[in-house]
Amino acid sequence: MHKKIRMKKQSMNDEVKKPSREAQIDQSLKKVYEEVLQEELPDRLKDLLAKLKAQDDGSGNLK
Amino acid sequence: MSHSDPRDELVDHLPALRAFALSLTRNGSVADDMVQDTVVKAWTNIEKFQVGTNMRAWLFTILRNTYYSSRRKLNREVSDGEGIFTESLAVKPSHDGHMQMTDFKKAFAQLSDEQREALILVGAIGFAYEEAAETCGVAVGTIKSRVNRGRKRLAELLHLSDDESLELTDDATMAVISANGASPV
Repeated sequence: MHKKIRMKKQSMNDEVKKPSREAQIDQSLKKVYEEVLQEELPDRLKDLLAKLKAQDDGSGNLK
Repeated sequence: MSHSDPRDELVDHLPALRAFALSLTRNGSVADDMVQDTVVKAWTNIEKFQVGTNMRAWLFTILRNTYYSSRRKLNREVSDGEGIFTESLAVKPSHDGHMQMTDFKKAFAQLSDEQREALILVGAIGFAYEEAAETCGVAVGTIKSRVNRGRKRLAELLHLSDDESLELTDDATMAVISANGASPV
């Protein structure tokens, strides 16, 4: 425990400035957001896209 | 690499749209309902999208409009933003002084919808204030104030202070330090 805190203090001293409160918050916001970004799309969404595409193809696309 | 049909591009933005939806609704199945509605609306109104403009922002706008209009319909569902749970859910600082994601998420969920939305757009995704303002249909100053108030509220809930280190402002850590006889220089 003692050792752990020492190491932390040392790494803090190595930095010129501690990340600001704002930076810490934004970093966490990014993590929250990116966590979802990594997830695979749910099947129902993929199915929906497939249906929408099929519908367009079937009804004689404008292109 | 250019898309001939903007609908092809739409698919690329779905992960971002889901992440945005989840931060707004805080509920996975509601978020996915929102995303589905948004996809159908965007798909069938694709001619309203101006090619060359920001499609992600366009999709976000559709999603948030869907969300806020359904929120109005559901009428007065208790919103965390009203501070009802604020005291009881206050987040304790974690022992190692580092922000824990579960703590952060709890605190984030207590903000108002408008603050969460502004923080995700500006803080997480990196939208410019102007871009976020346009997406949300409000003035730039409104977005700035939502971001600032949201950050301030998070800092309060998470016991972060601006000019001192996290470690040394954390009471639990201070206690450990003194118990170990180390001086907090």
